Amino acid sequence: MSDSAVIDSPASRGAGSSPAPRGSRQRQGSTRTAVRLLPLVPAIALMAVFLAGPIGYALYGSLTDAALSGYRAVNPNFVGADNYTRLFASGDFWQSVWLTLLFVVASAVIGQNALGMAVALLLRNGPQRLGSLVSALVVTAWVMPEIVAAFALYAFFSTDGTLNALLGAGFGWAGLGGTTWLISFQMFAVILANIWRGTAFSMMVYNAALAEVPPEIMESAQIDGATGLQRFFRITLPMVRRAIATNMMLTTLQTLGVFTLIWVMTGGGPGTQSSTLPVLAFQQAFKFAQVGYGTAIAVVTIAVGAVFALVYVRVLKPEVD
Amino acid sequence: MSAPTTAPVPAPQPPAPAVVGSGTASLRLASPRGRGVRLANGAVLVVVGLVFLFPLAWVVLSSIAPAATVSVSVPTSPTLENYSSVLSWELTLRPLWNSLLISGSTALITVAVATLAAYPLSRYAMRFNRSFLYVILFGSCLPITAVMVPVYALFVTLGLLDSIPGTVMFLVATSLPMAIWMMKNFVDSVPISLEEAAWVDGASSMQALVRVVVPLMRQGLAVVFIFVFTQAWGNFFVPFVLLLNPEFQPAAVSIYTFFGTNGAVAYGQLAAFSVLYSVPVLALYLITQRVAGGSFALAGGVKG
Repeated sequence: MSDSAVIDSPASRGAGSSPAPRGSRQRQGSTRTAVRLLPLVPAIALMAVFLAGPIGYALYGSLTDAALSGYRAVNPNFVGADNYTRLFASGDFWQSVWLTLLFVVASAVIGQNALGMAVALLLRNGPQRLGSLVSALVVTAWVMPEIVAAFALYAFFSTDGTLNALLGAGFGWAGLGGTTWLISFQMFAVILANIWRGTAFSMMVYNAALAEVPPEIMESAQIDGATGLQRFFRITLPMVRRAIATNMMLTTLQTLGVFTLIWVMTGGGPGTQSSTLPVLAFQQAFKFAQVGYGTAIAVVTIAVGAVFALVYVRVLKPEVD
Repeated sequence: MSAPTTAPVPAPQPPAPAVVGSGTASLRLASPRGRGVRLANGAVLVVVGLVFLFPLAWVVLSSIAPAATVSVSVPTSPTLENYSSVLSWELTLRPLWNSLLISGSTALITVAVATLAAYPLSRYAMRFNRSFLYVILFGSCLPITAVMVPVYALFVTLGLLDSIPGTVMFLVATSLPMAIWMMKNFVDSVPISLEEAAWVDGASSMQALVRVVVPLMRQGLAVVFIFVFTQAWGNFFVPFVLLLNPEFQPAAVSIYTFFGTNGAVAYGQLAAFSVLYSVPVLALYLITQRVAGGSFALAGGVKG
């Protein structure tokens, strides 16, 4: 980012002295601006129709009784805030809000960030060959298509799956090995699954951030007698705090939108016991054919996401300016 | 950090342990502990690696196992039967072709549109730019899966359901914020003096973009293309909601259908299909590492 800012400066200088093709100097400033903005038109048009469109449509659709098919799909009634009243009175909705919170905090804010940081530290302080092998595995879990990762984790947590086979072989005497992870500990399973899937991102962010910590500072702290833990908490963490803030926001927003992983592993079940908000919105709209109601859930989710996104934009403000 | 490792740790020869202790204490406090810490680090890394390995190994090993289950095991008589039984036009080839069509056109259109948009954002200092970049940044982090229900409703109204171009347009719109953001940084890194030379020679700003800037940032274009392609290739939820006709469905959706209908009986075939579907993006990722690994040596273009 920093070097792009340096290269940026001639560009901003150039704007004053008009780097545009000859002849534009005579034109009015507003015409010139309009011409310059022309290349932005396709991008703006696409995003207006297919990004802002659905969001606006959602705000309206959540106020109707739109159905999946049949008469009410084409001619929905305007029902005002009915969907929201029903939503806020529904136990399923509040359970889903709680599950979403649990999922995001446990798997992204704590799980992916802590494990990502831990692996990044281990890569820097452990054996090199082993380190690159492990990081390749971690990254593969993240690069492969989400649905394949979901299958792999479904198999891993299945009752006859790898996890139980391992537990049975190691701790069979203690009665372990027959746990129905996806049914009895469904949230635990999907949280671990999302940590498995997403840790690579945090690992790469922290690996890059740790590389920026000047080794001299670490050495002088070491000479002053600081222990490894003291060095980590008093020097490393404060120095990479911006990376941590950015990464926590990004992983939170990513995790808020996770659908495929949960859908394949548990289908939101048993019942709605692992339905986070995106899963619940899908179930209501496509399983129970209540598009209006599902849309209201989508609006709530996008509102939560928007709050996080606004915080994130504030954090990143210096990069835009 | 490297100091403790290269320090005189390895020395202690047969002599008594007491000598080792006093010797290292006078040399460097951290050295002997450094080795222990390193071993412990290595042990933890092995555990982490195994945790990540098991689910991945299941996919690979099951795909060559004659009778795969959900539990990972090394097949005693590996076979390619699973592959040969899923390699048919209806089951894998058409979905993979659809995936290629959808992801390829999504990536091409996104790169073209994002390059056009990034140019004025990078080159002209306008008041509009800042607010636009804020909106882009905001848009790039909205959880897009949350809007799939209203997107479905919107597509029903527009009559775009079951249309590959419609799906592509939606995927383009969702990947644009990130792509524009990346692309702006790439344009920023092309020295403006080269364009100034082109302008002096009478090129318009669009000619300068196409003839000077684009060739210089082709690595950047490749990175954005691969990034968008990979995202679209792996996307399950969008085509799952917007494409209902099996003839148009990409591999992500048809593999899910296969899992729903045959998964419980044919894990080997499911795994083989998964491998066929995953290999292209894993290969692309390796290519990006190569492309982006070498720094963008654009400064050389200014010389002479």
